[in-house]
Amino acid sequence: MLYYLTCLLFLIGVFGLLTQRNIVKLIISVLIIENAVNLFLVLSGYREGGAAPIITSVTSQSRISVVSVDPFPQAMVMTSIVIGLSVLALMTAIALRIYHIYGTYNIDEIAAKIREKKE
Amino acid sequence: MTESLLALILVFAIIAASVALYTDELLSAVIAVGAVGFSGSIAYLLLGAPDLAITQIVVEVVSLVLLIRVTIGVGLRLTSGPSSRKRITAAGAALLAVFALFLISLKTFAAFGTPVMERIQGAPSVFYIERGLELTGAANLVTGVLLDFRAYDTLGEATVIFTAVLGGLILLRRKGRKNTGDSAEDAG
Repeated sequence: MLYYLTCLLFLIGVFGLLTQRNIVKLIISVLIIENAVNLFLVLSGYREGGAAPIITSVTSQSRISVVSVDPFPQAMVMTSIVIGLSVLALMTAIALRIYHIYGTYNIDEIAAKIREKKE
Repeated sequence: MTESLLALILVFAIIAASVALYTDELLSAVIAVGAVGFSGSIAYLLLGAPDLAITQIVVEVVSLVLLIRVTIGVGLRLTSGPSSRKRITAAGAALLAVFALFLISLKTFAAFGTPVMERIQGAPSVFYIERGLELTGAANLVTGVLLDFRAYDTLGEATVIFTAVLGGLILLRRKGRKNTGDSAEDAG
């Protein structure tokens, strides 16, 4: 059931990406997709009643392999979250640049302005 | 218990995502997508991933700042009208097909609560958990994987961040390079 909910979140993001005409809304859609995928990956590594994959006196070396959740998806999702931030920074920089040049965030209007310039 | 709590948080995230996409004001859309990110952070905390929760909070705050920088001073009202009906129906049909694929593929997926590493023979995660402390000396296995077993991935991540920062600087610099000839027409 939880997997289906993350799928739904993913699909909302894709739907926004396909139907929205505003650059900021497109960036927001990408963020939603990213969150959905990260959540799905971390969910797939969860163990029922699992502990964090940190070796302490409670979860000792001998018990950790039975009680811990999967650390591998977590490590990879950590990379993915940070890369997501840098991609977002690049996207916002491009959006600001487009706004400086064309004065709008609407991609239809931008396309019309580019066509005007050509003629 | 955890499962129902997680379901609640995910439903909240879904509602926030829909609000973010279909509100008319850009600033409220940005705040709503922040709600999606923070609910993700709580979900990570429940899933036994404290490192991820901390990282997610920091990243979410920074991305909110970036997005507000984009929206503020633009005029809060969205100027564009709704998308055309034809486009919406086409997108809806495509998404229904994708959802059917998800339904089929998730049937083969094990139920929530059994990690991937238990279903695959000789999964790398088992090795990381069992020998992690001994081989890397890190009590936190996630950092052990990140900075030791998969250090090349982290190096690649650093490369991506560096490239993104360079790209952002190039795009946003005020003063372009000196006009050296006829080729550069708009440097500002």
